[in-house]
Amino acid sequence: MEKRYVKDRLRRSMMFVPGNNPGMIADARIYGADSIMFDLEDSVALTEKDAARFLVHNALKTLHFGKKEIVVRINDLSGGLGVRDLEAIVPAGVHVVRLPKTDSAQDVIDCEREIARIEEKHGIPVGATGMMAAIESANGVLNAKEIAHASGRLIGIALGAEDYVTDLKTTRSDGIELLFARSMILNAARSAGIAALDTVYSDVNNEEGFLAEVELIRKLGFDGKSVINPRQIQPLHRAFIPKEKDLQKAYAVMDAIAEANARGSGVASLNGKMIDRPVVLRAQRLIALAEADKMTEEA
Amino acid sequence: MDEQLLQNIPHIDEIAHHGVFSGVPAKHTGTFQDRAQRQNKLLPSLEDAVRATGLRDGMTISFHHHFRGGDHVVNRVVDTLARMGFKNLTLAASSLAAVHAPLIEHIKNGVITHIETSGLRGELAEQISRGLMDCPVVFRSHGGRAAAIRSGELHIDVAFLGAPSCDPYGNANGYSREEGGTLACGSMGYARTDAKYASKVVILTNKLVSYPNAPWAIPEYDVDYIVVEEDIGDPKGIMSGATRYTKNPKELLIAQTAANVIDAAGYLYNGFSMQMGSGGASLATARFIRQMMLDKSIRCRFALGGITGQITAMHEEGLIDRVLDVQSFDLDAAHSLKHNRFHHQIGATYYASFLSAAAVDQLDFVVLSALEIDTDFNVNVLTGSDGVIRGAIGGHPDTAAGASLSVVVAPLTRGRIPCVIGRVNTVVTPGDVVDVVVTDQGVAVNPKRPEVAGKLRAAGIRVYTIQELKDKAEALVGVPDPIRYKDRIVGVVMYRNNTVIDVIRQIDED
Repeated sequence: MEKRYVKDRLRRSMMFVPGNNPGMIADARIYGADSIMFDLEDSVALTEKDAARFLVHNALKTLHFGKKEIVVRINDLSGGLGVRDLEAIVPAGVHVVRLPKTDSAQDVIDCEREIARIEEKHGIPVGATGMMAAIESANGVLNAKEIAHASGRLIGIALGAEDYVTDLKTTRSDGIELLFARSMILNAARSAGIAALDTVYSDVNNEEGFLAEVELIRKLGFDGKSVINPRQIQPLHRAFIPKEKDLQKAYAVMDAIAEANARGSGVASLNGKMIDRPVVLRAQRLIALAEADKMTEEA
Repeated sequence: MDEQLLQNIPHIDEIAHHGVFSGVPAKHTGTFQDRAQRQNKLLPSLEDAVRATGLRDGMTISFHHHFRGGDHVVNRVVDTLARMGFKNLTLAASSLAAVHAPLIEHIKNGVITHIETSGLRGELAEQISRGLMDCPVVFRSHGGRAAAIRSGELHIDVAFLGAPSCDPYGNANGYSREEGGTLACGSMGYARTDAKYASKVVILTNKLVSYPNAPWAIPEYDVDYIVVEEDIGDPKGIMSGATRYTKNPKELLIAQTAANVIDAAGYLYNGFSMQMGSGGASLATARFIRQMMLDKSIRCRFALGGITGQITAMHEEGLIDRVLDVQSFDLDAAHSLKHNRFHHQIGATYYASFLSAAAVDQLDFVVLSALEIDTDFNVNVLTGSDGVIRGAIGGHPDTAAGASLSVVVAPLTRGRIPCVIGRVNTVVTPGDVVDVVVTDQGVAVNPKRPEVAGKLRAAGIRVYTIQELKDKAEALVGVPDPIRYKDRIVGVVMYRNNTVIDVIRQIDED
């Protein structure tokens, strides 16, 4: 079966684009984000929902987005809007559906059932459409592991911080308030072998604060982050690009492994230190990241 | 010494002289301050100054545009001339702005019958595009105007030049070093050409300062009369704080790409020269150039042109050695001109005239905006997508021709209007001098510069053909209906060597 999504790919930046803004939809491609996420949920007023759904449907069918991953954030399924969103975007060819406000594995299962029904109805192979789940509540965080394992379609899980901090009865500050949620989501994602994606940083004029947060989530192990302004994309990517020094070290590791294999030896060493499996894995990932960055269209 | 001895000097007929010395006029003995009170070029009113110049019907008057949207000189002078009964005058301004809409009445009543300018905006431009004037408006670049003035093709009979400071003998400048100078326009580069070549020069100043008003933009020997006028301009319209860097992500993307192109083409080296045109994306390019300079540890030898606070900040940071300023775009630039000794004021002739050694010829690169670019790389900065005049040539063709690399930046589409098209409405800068076009959706290199295209590709920048960019624009927004014009010509566009490069016709709204 041909899938519309790639499970494991570069997802440093996922750019939110309001689904009711034709100019921004038309331009979304040019800013170099790894994934573009058309939003039908919070950035679209209730009176604009139908127009946005129609616009995004047509954008998916007519615009060219190159190799970019196209995600649509739908409304939650409880009010009926979410199903209508799926009816419009799944036949139009969306790569990944982002489910908001995911509190439990059942939310993912319910959404997947709707997607499968629509795929079947339109002659699309069942399973072609990918999913991701945004966790935005204390319940969701505590259920993160079950959510991450709830469907084979999931490419990742994401933190939605604004609703989450409200649920916790706090506000966003230096990041300490999100430490538990980020750790839970990251570990849940890794346990399921999918991507861990961080929340938005909404003060677009504070580049310093943005970069500090990027550095934090990169160190924690996140794959990337949602952005709300194209100006955040290049700084974000720069932070994720491997440093030349680290890259050289990774190549040296791989060379040493190749050399050891050539000698028929099972043990490789570099500068007198034995190279064990985690070192090799990290080196491979670093090289893959650097190569993936070179492959992006606008690089 | 007597006449006899003079005749006995060998070869005296070949030695230029004025006869025998016959004594000197009575020497001044009063203080120079006292002298300045009694013997000066001050006249009590503008009317007196006009009469003193000998202005007659049919003559040419000139103005500078350093006061931009805050200019009160043009309207004040032309109102006065109308009251005094003058007719059939040619108005030759270095540029005109929306604030000059009152000229419409004076065109209708025959006071002004011809206009020469770099640009037109607002209601005056609208009316001229609708056929207000019998004689077409002549549009020249800043360099072309300077050349035409010097060669006599554009002879100025009387220049009326506003100056934020002037001494009793006419040493005038665009700012004041004295207490209480409330008005500042920074450089008066365009006015310097008028002052030098006009038959008569009247300075209108709101701030008379003690002699000598040094440093000056205009020297007293180029000035005939001075009138003190309380209101020559509105500081708010002349300039404000610093020109802000754009926050528009599309303009920033274009600026980043333009900087990458300049670097890849090999023009970012230690000791380079540059100019940034006005417009969000071209100004923002400076910001990315700055970062690249820091990363490479290189310096810019000089920055030219309309100068902004961004350029002067880089100068003060030590990144730019010299600033050559023909026009200051904001208060920060004006402040820098006043305080930084290597921020140097230059005139329009030296800036861009093709008849003389010009600073534009020493440019490595220039970044310029555009309203439209066509598949022959011709650029329009003068008429809008509705065919109405709404811009200014400025130094566009001068710098594009002079710079080793001219980079034109524009969004591929503005709203539903494509900016890369088959044929521009008005050719202002010919494609022959446009090297690279940078849009938000891709870069095109003039086929005349294959080595540049090669360098960009080698640096990983995807190069499209200009036709591909046009096709992309059309795929997004379609092909607009052609603008409908009447046959009547309302504007003549001169290239910088004052050959006619295009005409502007009256728009057809019937």
